[in-house]
Amino acid sequence: MKIKWVILTLIIAITTVLTGCEPLKVLNPKGPQAETTADVIWISIMTMAVVVITVIALYIFYVIKASRRPDDYEPPYIKSNPIVESLIVGVPVLIIIFLTVVTVKSLYVVEAPPEIYENQEPLVIYASSSNWKWHFSYPEEDIETVNYLFIPTNRPIKFKLYSYGPISSFWIPQLGGQKYAMVHATTTLHLAADVPGEYMGRNANFTGKGFAEQTFNVKAMPPEEYEKWVEEVKATAEPLTKKKFDELLEPGHLGQLTFTGNHLGFSPPPMSHGEMSSDTEETDSGLSMQPHESKDKSGNESD
Amino acid sequence: MDFFNRFAIPNPTPTIYASMVAIALTVIAVIIGLTYFKKWGYLFREWLTTVDHKRIGIMYLISALLMLFRGGVDAIMMRAQTAVPENTFLNAAEYNEVFTTHGVVMIFFMAMAFIIALMNFVVPLQIGARDVAFPRLNLLSFWLYFVGAMLFNLSFVLGGSPNAGWTSYFPLAGTQFSESVGTNYYMWALQISGLGTLMTGINFIVTILKMRAPGMTLMKMPMFTWSALVTNIIIVFAFPVLTVTLLMGTFDRQFGTNFFTMTNGGDDMLWANLFWVWGHPEVYILILPAFGIYSEVIPTFTQRNLYGYKSMVLSMVIISLLSFMVWVHHFFTMGQGALTNSIFSFTTMLIAIPTGMKIFNWLLTIRKGKIRFTVPMLYSLGFIPLFTIGGVTGVMLAMASADYQYHNTMFLVAHFHNVIIPGVVFAMLAGLTYWWPKMFGFMLNEKIGKWAFWFISIGFCLAFFPMYISGLDGQARRMYTYSAETGFGVWNMISFIGAGMMAIGFIIIVYNIYYSIRYSPRNVGDDPWNARSLEWATHNPVPEYNFAVTPQVNSSEALWDAKKNGHKLFKGELKEIHMPNNSGLPVIMAVLFFVFGFSFVFSIWPGVILSGVGIFSSMAYQSYMKDRGKHISVEEIKETEAKFGGGKK
Amino acid sequence: MKINHSQPLEYSTEHNRFSILGFWIFLGAEIMLFGTLFASYFVLVDHTGNGPVGAEIFEITPILMETIFLLTSSFTIGLAIHAMRVGKQKAMITFFIITLLLGMGFLGYEIYDFFMYVHEGATIQTSAFTAILFLTLGTHGAHVTFGLFWGSVIITQLIKHGINYETANKSFIFSLYWHFLDVVWIFIFSFVFLKGMM
Repeated sequence: MKIKWVILTLIIAITTVLTGCEPLKVLNPKGPQAETTADVIWISIMTMAVVVITVIALYIFYVIKASRRPDDYEPPYIKSNPIVESLIVGVPVLIIIFLTVVTVKSLYVVEAPPEIYENQEPLVIYASSSNWKWHFSYPEEDIETVNYLFIPTNRPIKFKLYSYGPISSFWIPQLGGQKYAMVHATTTLHLAADVPGEYMGRNANFTGKGFAEQTFNVKAMPPEEYEKWVEEVKATAEPLTKKKFDELLEPGHLGQLTFTGNHLGFSPPPMSHGEMSSDTEETDSGLSMQPHESKDKSGNESD
Repeated sequence: MDFFNRFAIPNPTPTIYASMVAIALTVIAVIIGLTYFKKWGYLFREWLTTVDHKRIGIMYLISALLMLFRGGVDAIMMRAQTAVPENTFLNAAEYNEVFTTHGVVMIFFMAMAFIIALMNFVVPLQIGARDVAFPRLNLLSFWLYFVGAMLFNLSFVLGGSPNAGWTSYFPLAGTQFSESVGTNYYMWALQISGLGTLMTGINFIVTILKMRAPGMTLMKMPMFTWSALVTNIIIVFAFPVLTVTLLMGTFDRQFGTNFFTMTNGGDDMLWANLFWVWGHPEVYILILPAFGIYSEVIPTFTQRNLYGYKSMVLSMVIISLLSFMVWVHHFFTMGQGALTNSIFSFTTMLIAIPTGMKIFNWLLTIRKGKIRFTVPMLYSLGFIPLFTIGGVTGVMLAMASADYQYHNTMFLVAHFHNVIIPGVVFAMLAGLTYWWPKMFGFMLNEKIGKWAFWFISIGFCLAFFPMYISGLDGQARRMYTYSAETGFGVWNMISFIGAGMMAIGFIIIVYNIYYSIRYSPRNVGDDPWNARSLEWATHNPVPEYNFAVTPQVNSSEALWDAKKNGHKLFKGELKEIHMPNNSGLPVIMAVLFFVFGFSFVFSIWPGVILSGVGIFSSMAYQSYMKDRGKHISVEEIKETEAKFGGGKK
Repeated sequence: MKINHSQPLEYSTEHNRFSILGFWIFLGAEIMLFGTLFASYFVLVDHTGNGPVGAEIFEITPILMETIFLLTSSFTIGLAIHAMRVGKQKAMITFFIITLLLGMGFLGYEIYDFFMYVHEGATIQTSAFTAILFLTLGTHGAHVTFGLFWGSVIITQLIKHGINYETANKSFIFSLYWHFLDVVWIFIFSFVFLKGMM
């Protein structure tokens, strides 16, 4: 019997925490995309809570009844009842349809540029991972940063993600969900920040030894402040050369770095995901232009 | 020197050296013990070469328990490392090895083995057969599994453990990022044991389809047998995918091919896809037999028939089909676009329907029943609410847009442990306790068993529920450490405490086994649980030939039918029984496979060639061998039956 | 051993029937194995990196020869099983030997083919495409090679023991295996070679 109370207490404890004083990152969105996912999560939690409560209530009721039978009680042989059977199929079907609708709708929302900033030109940032760092190239501004990201608020950001090594997953929980950064295909992630502030960003997909520390700071700031920062970088930072960039790619940890120029010229990103199959020739030539070749000196041979 | 360098551990620590010494001492102690008590012959003749499905089952069981210990120690180490922020108990390299081996050992060498152990022991008894269809192949299956498990564990002391996660995503698992032979071990240990699993699959499908007692139509099979049939069908269709995938991985690592590399057209996404095309069905390979066990235990201890037999079967068949259509949900974040993700979200959620059907059927079984709170029943009662919570979080994860936030976080870790532990592990413990008297002729102590249950379930809740929260707070999985500011500390500490409680629970189970061996009464009768299916119609423990006379069945609850409705199970006279002979060849092949795998891991080609030739020669020898088995005479049967308390059963 | 004479010899005992069913299930697993290889092949066929594409290295003559050898051998193993059914041991063994010789011919051409690919600069390490090409063909080739050994073992048993319920069972199962390899080859021929050359 005790188990039910344990579970109930836990459920109550969990909901208290979820709604409690210090909100969890995923449920404390600071941008439209994260808001959408947070809403979906809340819808699913509520729906699922109904399911769990129904099942557990039935369970408690039946178990108590079945454990208090008189001694001479002989459990009957019961054939299944088609009405009951269709009920236990039908209701879940309805729930699944509801959740599918929610999922599909929200999927198209989070996979597209944020609606409320539709009329604005998105800021394109190329975010690439290498063991165990993140490189952010701003082609518009012609600057590049390592392990930190400054973005303007109230403007859609279009991230182009790729990797110089193992599959990584780009994640800023308070701005939106994850997306993989991979060697052969650039993926696109649309985010935006409504509120100025500092947010945690990290790689969520295991990439080896330095994975735990593969994080980056995100600072969302008003556009004017952002412009000021860009100017400052352009005035003070060193230019990024191919040699320097190849050094940066070496496995290890680096602090936050800032450069003018970016690596997109001498080390272009792979094709985006959809273009892969349609135009292979180009993909492959694009690939071979990547600096991976030079990094490949450790070779594929195993000895 | 170069040759020997490869055997060195890449990240040696005192713990590993201590373990090496401990392993060496244990091996020496076992060898001395066996020699001193002159048990080598007994061990070899009666166990290692046995083709008896019951003994093979018990060997699987012992191996599974050993692996549970290994995987459990890994788990405790992980929880200990992350219990407090910035902990230095393990470094990153060690932690990566530990969580990789935890995953591989628990899935392949513990859970699979446990499930196959119970299938081996129970299925032939439940269908009234004398053994499986191919007894010698069954022994070979066991040995291949065992060789795989040993090879994998060897990596700990020779050459280094794999450290790219149990999913071994490339390019991380390629030689460029995983230089040690660890991942080679992964490839070959899984390849060899996977071969054994495939053979088990074929063996049990034939057994169940062809060897059922007269009168037992497919729709009169006990539910556990049904689950075994469906599971083995999934095995046969899923494992070849793993075979090819591992082969490609091996080629990439050892022959310099470019399947998943970063250059020359290699495609890292292909590994992820292929791995999960096998990997998702694998989840159901584990959970369906667990469902089968609950479907045996719950009717027995509510003392009524299983509600909705047909829908239980149907739901399993549907689950098995759907299991091949959902693999993409393991990487919704790969950027396939909204349409693909929508489709796979939908197919994934569909699985909730047959699973929900099962949950409700169990609830409806309890409804008019009369519960006896035995240990197996406690696990089943713990399973229903806990698994429901795990199941609904699964539906939450299936919603792709939300999954972008759960993916790769502790939320996911919480979810799959929430289905695997109350689902599979509870079922294994329930099944172990339930069938224990069938295996050994005495019961496990109920009181101690209940203590273990409470420790494990409460420990489970403490260990895994906090992960849901820390996951939503942004804690990615597989992080060996985190800073204090993140605020994850509290949750991880609770987790650690829970893990500790679970460990205590398992220690209590081990103690229970010891205690019961010493003190449990031996004359428990043939049917101590007042059970319903055919395996309880024979003696405890079961004689070599299972049933003196082949039973005649006409309902899905054959024994209950016999007890309540006076159906006569055993008609006809005693006849001579034909049984297969024991065989040493699988042991020899096991040694050869071990040499093969080991040599391949270290690229020692002469060893590969010699053992490869040896394996083929053994197969040819097997083909030439004339072994038509042995016959147990009527007198012998009568003698055995008399020893078990007389009476023709 | 109970022999049921109303059934064909290869099905005549319980164990024989188990073996044949078991082997059919094994072939199901084999379909998945080759299915996975084909699926991977279709994914990787355009991933040629700096290496050649299929059309540049495929040559029709050896492929046609291989196809003819294997198709014919599938026919002769069928004849062998027919001879077995009518109890003609000599004919059966002869057809068995012809089958294996044709299999060897196939293998010879395949090995020649492999050397040609390597000669043209398409080794297993060249690109993802060449890797999956070699792996798919190689897996099939390895199956044929295994079949040659297996077939030889059966022939020696046929010579020694004649046609009985055991050898009949083994031969029949071998014939299933051999036909299966033929079917796989037809897929390889159509979807790897013909498609690649078009």
